[in-house]
Amino acid sequence: MKKFLILIFIVLLGLGAMAQSESSNKLPSVNVKTLDGKTFNTSEISNDGKPIIIAFWALWCKPCKKELDAYNEVYEDWQDETGVKIIAVSIDDARSTAKVKPFVMGKDWEFDVLLDPNQEFKRAMSVNMVPHTFLLDGSGKIVYQHTSYYEGLEDELFEIVKKVAKGEDISKH
Amino acid sequence: MKKILSLFLILFSATLLQAQVSDLLKKSEVHGSFEADGMYYHPDIPMGITDSLIAGRNFAFNGFAEVIYTLGNFSAGVRYEAYLPPIAGFDNRLEGSGIPYMWASYSTKKFSFTIGNFYEQFGNGLVLRTYQEWTLGYDNSLNGARVTYQPVKGIILKGVYGTQRFFWNKYTKNSRGIVKGMDAELCFNDLVKSMADSKLRITIGGSFVSKYQVDNDPIYKLPRDVGTGAARFNIGIGKFNFSSEYAHKINDPSAINHYIYKPGDAFIFNASYSTRGLGILAVFKRIDNFSYKSDRAETANALDISFLPPITEAHTYMLASMYPYATQPNGELGFQLQVNYKIPKKSKLGGKYGMDISVNFSQINDIVRTPAGDTSAINVPGTLGYTSKFFQFSDHIFMRDIEIHLHKKFSRKFHATAEYLNQVFDIASIQGHAGDPVIHDNIAILDMTYKFTSRKSLRWEAQALFTKQDKRNWLAALVEYTISPHWFITASDQWNYGNPVTDDQLHYYTVAGGYSVKTIRFALTYGRQREGVVCVGGVCRQVPASSGFYLTISSSF
Repeated sequence: MKKFLILIFIVLLGLGAMAQSESSNKLPSVNVKTLDGKTFNTSEISNDGKPIIIAFWALWCKPCKKELDAYNEVYEDWQDETGVKIIAVSIDDARSTAKVKPFVMGKDWEFDVLLDPNQEFKRAMSVNMVPHTFLLDGSGKIVYQHTSYYEGLEDELFEIVKKVAKGEDISKH
Repeated sequence: MKKILSLFLILFSATLLQAQVSDLLKKSEVHGSFEADGMYYHPDIPMGITDSLIAGRNFAFNGFAEVIYTLGNFSAGVRYEAYLPPIAGFDNRLEGSGIPYMWASYSTKKFSFTIGNFYEQFGNGLVLRTYQEWTLGYDNSLNGARVTYQPVKGIILKGVYGTQRFFWNKYTKNSRGIVKGMDAELCFNDLVKSMADSKLRITIGGSFVSKYQVDNDPIYKLPRDVGTGAARFNIGIGKFNFSSEYAHKINDPSAINHYIYKPGDAFIFNASYSTRGLGILAVFKRIDNFSYKSDRAETANALDISFLPPITEAHTYMLASMYPYATQPNGELGFQLQVNYKIPKKSKLGGKYGMDISVNFSQINDIVRTPAGDTSAINVPGTLGYTSKFFQFSDHIFMRDIEIHLHKKFSRKFHATAEYLNQVFDIASIQGHAGDPVIHDNIAILDMTYKFTSRKSLRWEAQALFTKQDKRNWLAALVEYTISPHWFITASDQWNYGNPVTDDQLHYYTVAGGYSVKTIRFALTYGRQREGVVCVGGVCRQVPASSGFYLTISSSF
């Protein structure tokens, strides 16, 4: 009987693995805040069938701010070419949520910023550490993600965004 | 024969199952993350780390794995943790392994119901915040039930009930308090149609939290139920934004407040002005006797129900983080002013790319306490403790922090950051170093990055800290070479050259390298860790001096 159960379990696992490889995760439904203090549900994130970049960051995270500075510099070009939308999710807690808006405006960042003060969205996305960046295709599926930021990483990401925007295969990245 | 039969049976049932199961599995999603941090310690005589101090415990390991399963509106999650033994600086009570976090929830757009362990925050967290911070080994999750309900767009109601995580100790009858709470938030711009596109944006909220803990005290008659209430608002008018929260707690004698019967208060007020290229923020905060834990006897970083955010800047450069601030739950009064400005592109000072300037001033003083009656002194256990006027700053400064930060990109290949800090730090009050004089320091930092190619770049930091107190002067340097998108290698040294004890003029050097691909990251560090305090969001842990290898692996999927 025990062996039988184990076998069933293995078969199920195999099926699970097969199913997994066919589908990619979508965005969870979690309430976050906009910089205006409004509640916003993450399942409503969309971009008219074009790619979306979701970048988790915090005020205390230097590489995150570098990454977003780098995106900001090229954002207009990226948008013209691919229609990509960038959403920066701040995981700063109550210590500094009020600081995020003056900081973002002071930096003159052009993209949308959301607040996730108790890290519910971060947890739901299995983000261990920041920076952690996700790329979603036009249907809202997560097709690529990476952690850490090194100078120049934005070039690599843009190559992938271009492919995703055209609907090309990115499995090599 | 029997075996063959059963094999047939298995195959048959498997194919039958497949149709249903594969359909189910296609809709289900599994994702998760894990991290493993391993430490190998070796003796380091100049640092005072001897074989007998290590006592055979050369290895330490912190690790976790978390998996979340989702099927339509249903989701469930579980996290395994192991501390075998915990890395130096983490609470010893974490030693062990098991599953401290397990939950299942059902949620639609309007309604969600969670059973098991969960994290929640009401408003700014003054009356309730449960959260987890891996780098601190901190987790005060509630174990019980949570409901959120959104009857119409613009109204969110929440209710929570449960007991808090206390390391590996299971909840047994009366072993600690039971927490219950409710919260309501109204957003007028969502509720009132005519306000949908208004320049005036108003959100208000209120919460009530209560903890129940039996009174077994032989001397005092302690309150079994301690209630706290809070009200908050967020108002935006064009480029201005104002937000505030006030919380009040009934008497809650505890080990932290010396068992006094005074009620507690907490108040935060933020005002900001933001426009393209300019952001200004002013913060005022007052805390008076507001430690709120689900066990009144607990004094360490555990079982907190309330979260009292510090309003000083969270510094990250090596020497700038030498003296981090931690909120004083028994009383503090502080303010902060911050200006972020971007000197426009193509201006004289801004150059081709513009220049970021930010200036920050924060100061936190003690509150003024006067005896509650004619006969008793201040903070006598079993009395009302003291009285305190709301806006009265004491002469006693806990911390003052002035920071000027400049960042400029000079060319496509070169950018630099310069930072200057001036701090006053009362180490005796904040870190409990009784008798130590107040520290006055000046810190200068230069951080430069040069890009050789689009993928290869070199970053180096030079830092100096000058003070006549504590361990006196420090110098620090760091070099980091990165090859995007995978590799980094770095070396750094912090030199306590000004230490009055010549033998303690140590170099705290480290070398590290790492590799990351997608969400997988490896890093190996070798070197010395100076004694200090690591803080995240106002909660801190003491880190003892150590020497050795540190390996970290993390991934998420």
